[in-house]
Amino acid sequence: MLAWTIYLSFAGALVQALLPKGRNALARWLALAVAVAGLVLAVGGFAAGMGQGRMVIVDLPWVPAMGIHYLLAADGISRVLVLLTGLAAVAGVLFSWNIELRTNEFFAFFLALIGGVYGVFLSFDLFLLFVFYEIAIVPKYFLISIWGSTRREYAAMKLALYSFVGSSMVLIGLLAAYATSGSHSTGLIALAHASLPVSFQMWAFPLVFTGFAILAGMWPFHTWAPTGHVAAPTGASMLLAGVVMKLGAYGCLRVAMSLFPRGLDPWGFSYIGIGSWRDVFAVLAVIGIVYGALVALVQTDFKFVIGYSSVSHMGFVLLGLMTLNQIGVTGAVMQMFSHGILAGLLFAIVGRIVYERTHTRQLAELEALHLSRRLPFAAWAFVIAGMASMGLPGFSGFVAELQVLVGAWKVQPWWTAAAGVGIVVGVAYTWRALQKAFFSDVRVTPDDHPRTGWHDLGAITWPEYTGVALLVGVSLFVGLYPRILLDTIEPAVKALLAGGGQ
Amino acid sequence: MNYADLFRVTLPEFALEIAALLVLVVDLAFLRKAAYKLRIVVAALLGVAGCAAAAWAVLQQGSGGLSFPASHELLLATGGFTAVAQTGILTLTALTLFLLIDSEFTRHVGEYVAVVLMAASGGLLIAGAQDLLLIFIGLELLSLGLYILTAFAKSSGKSAEAAMKYYLFGGMSAAFLLFGFSYLYGISGSTNLHQILLAANGIRGQQAAPLLYVAIVLIAAGLGFKVAAVPFHLWAPDTYEGAPAPAAAFIASVSKVASFALLISICTAALHVFDRSASFVGATVQLSTATQPVFPGFRVPWSLVLTLFAAGSMALGNLAALVQISVRRLLAYSAIAHAGYILLGLAFFSYSPRSAGAVLYYVLTYGLTTIGAFGVVAVVERATGSDRLDAFLGLHKRSPLLAAVLLVLFLSLAGIPPLVGFWAKFNLFATVLGVSAGPVPFALVALAVGLSAVSLYYYLQVLKRAYVMPAVDETPIKAHPVTLAVLVLIAAAVVALGCFPALLGNWIGSFSPMM
Repeated sequence: MLAWTIYLSFAGALVQALLPKGRNALARWLALAVAVAGLVLAVGGFAAGMGQGRMVIVDLPWVPAMGIHYLLAADGISRVLVLLTGLAAVAGVLFSWNIELRTNEFFAFFLALIGGVYGVFLSFDLFLLFVFYEIAIVPKYFLISIWGSTRREYAAMKLALYSFVGSSMVLIGLLAAYATSGSHSTGLIALAHASLPVSFQMWAFPLVFTGFAILAGMWPFHTWAPTGHVAAPTGASMLLAGVVMKLGAYGCLRVAMSLFPRGLDPWGFSYIGIGSWRDVFAVLAVIGIVYGALVALVQTDFKFVIGYSSVSHMGFVLLGLMTLNQIGVTGAVMQMFSHGILAGLLFAIVGRIVYERTHTRQLAELEALHLSRRLPFAAWAFVIAGMASMGLPGFSGFVAELQVLVGAWKVQPWWTAAAGVGIVVGVAYTWRALQKAFFSDVRVTPDDHPRTGWHDLGAITWPEYTGVALLVGVSLFVGLYPRILLDTIEPAVKALLAGGGQ
Repeated sequence: MNYADLFRVTLPEFALEIAALLVLVVDLAFLRKAAYKLRIVVAALLGVAGCAAAAWAVLQQGSGGLSFPASHELLLATGGFTAVAQTGILTLTALTLFLLIDSEFTRHVGEYVAVVLMAASGGLLIAGAQDLLLIFIGLELLSLGLYILTAFAKSSGKSAEAAMKYYLFGGMSAAFLLFGFSYLYGISGSTNLHQILLAANGIRGQQAAPLLYVAIVLIAAGLGFKVAAVPFHLWAPDTYEGAPAPAAAFIASVSKVASFALLISICTAALHVFDRSASFVGATVQLSTATQPVFPGFRVPWSLVLTLFAAGSMALGNLAALVQISVRRLLAYSAIAHAGYILLGLAFFSYSPRSAGAVLYYVLTYGLTTIGAFGVVAVVERATGSDRLDAFLGLHKRSPLLAAVLLVLFLSLAGIPPLVGFWAKFNLFATVLGVSAGPVPFALVALAVGLSAVSLYYYLQVLKRAYVMPAVDETPIKAHPVTLAVLVLIAAAVVALGCFPALLGNWIGSFSPMM
């Protein structure tokens, strides 16, 4: 059933590409229908998979000469992330409702991207996964460069090249693993059992992990993320932050860590407390958490605040992965889900609800507009999203980050301490953005900012209400009843940590 | 050898030559007064029919070939991977003939098609040739045809300039090649590839090692020119830019397939002598003396030279393409880069059919894609009068179908899955790593994969203009329905072969004599 999420999205993309021009309303409703159908399938697959282990969906020989199978399967981690993709797709379509330029092409690229993302989360064959991973790169480029804003061509090219360089690193590692294992299968499970030589894993692991982590926004390879998020149209920012960055983190977990587990072993020597690749990546993750938060604190562009906060939050995911213990990795998966929802919500508020009305994202100019009075819905939505994002109990972010921090404490208490600093700074930048953008009491006359003016901001439309309600509702529900996801994630993480699944 | 055998083995070449003469007769004798459009259609269709007949003949031939009388030295191979290369050459030739239908660069369509068919028959010869003389004759037949085709736009100065450059470089490289061949003959006393390589790996090779190395370098230079490998690539950008589009497509595809098929023959022969049972070219070659080589006189320096060519071509081709503003020159540098990838597969070659299969897979799919790319460039060029990047501005509005074809083909060239270019690359690189372990092949594969990430940038430069940047001129671009149909067919094939990569792989594999 879950496999249909992929086919449906690609079919939707194809139909959109063939739609005659000017049928914008039709294109929108069609996109929404496809996204909702995908979400329904994802929820169905999630419900059907509760309490189940890994389930194979399709297994057909694809390139028999090389042992490549068209192998789709789902375990708990996949099911949660497919659910996230379904939610992000629906919300993304809702917040792209006002796209008037080449609407059908926008949704064609949008759905193609979604289809690729579903594919990655469901692939259990290494090369199938890689194929879907690369399919997701090209639509991103066009979504940003055609429909984007600030420096869109630069940002789009930067993102495409970073992604492609990352995937080249992955490809090199995978080719080497394929050649070294001498295995006649490229199934993830089969390769994980091929027990590659430790010396090989020692260099293949960092290569593949870094390749994927580039897309997860790991410091210092994160710079595509803020520029890309800022330039992208709202729907695409939501997908970028919501699911595309998760592709990277998922690849780190599913491919790098499960194929080359011995790559995390200690080197046998240590230098300034760093004695393994695990330490290296954990430190980079912690730097990402703190650095992202600090940089977010001084941004003048509202969207850059959110962009850098994504880098910070994705740092938690990577830190969680590097704990290698049950609670930490579970937290990382939870954080993927939670950040996917919340980053989408924040980008929707900034990019769609505020920017499309005020035509500025400069915090200094927004201060003059007194948005809390003129757009109270946006203000309150941002308050909720900000609280959730900074990890207030009751929302999904709290459960996730707490688990990551507990997991990290068990390994290296100072990781937790440093990441805690990041959380505190997180409160500060959220507060600062909230105060400046919505609740400022600066007295200015309209003449100070003639560009923005006091024109009518327009009422909030139904897609915006629906989208915000959907995302806030999910975050709140997961925050109050985390077991619904944890019960599915935990067994899968346990199996994965025990050695490649099963 | 008798004439019946000769006829049987060269039936495909005969079919092409007959078609060439037929085209000339029909065009010059019966259609002199006919409308230009009709002449083009008739000439192209006759040419395509000739290709089809030749392809039928190729596929009918069993494994085997033509030997010298009273010896078992193979002259011309048939069947096996030779048949794959020949079928590829004929298919790609037919596709370039379809591109002719929409062009107007010459009044002499009969002559054009006849020259194309003769050049293609040269390609067929070198795909099967196992003897230095035959290799040289085939190469010259192909090359002379290409020089003429390049110059075919008589009223265009660029075309004449390109042809002159191509001819001068080509003549020089033919001289190198012949010089190298003469040394090989001097060392071995034979013109047969296998005998030469036996000698090169034996005592005679050891005694004349310096001569052998000189010969290898000269031959590699001569063939490096044919495939546009760095540092013998200088003709490519000018020729690709100046030649009429169908001729450029022919040079970029058919001539590449034929030259790489020849390189496969040489690489196979170089390994063949180590392996008594291998009958890769389809013919049983009696290797009475083939035991352990005394002296690895050929293989090591040959691989070394090819490795250097490969690394240089990948690096220079990809980097130089970054700054091009003419799409044809961009395609030329990308062709140099792709030649580099393929040479990597040849430099780390194995006598299992895997290597040859991977190289053929790559070069056939590359040829197909590049014909499509030149087809799109030709249509845009006719509409805008330029092949600059800016000629592609707003293509998605001016011709959505053409823009979609361009998107598919260029992404395939960049190696984005699930298009066939990705599988070709993946298959080739996996083969290189599979057949030769060690840090050097790995480093080169890493370089190749890294550089294909670079290549995405320049392919996106074209796609960016087609899809992203605003159009200056929004008048629709009209293409001839046949051209459009062929281009769509090529794009569909690129997608289909990419989604089902085993189709082509199995077809090539079915010709492998070792399976």
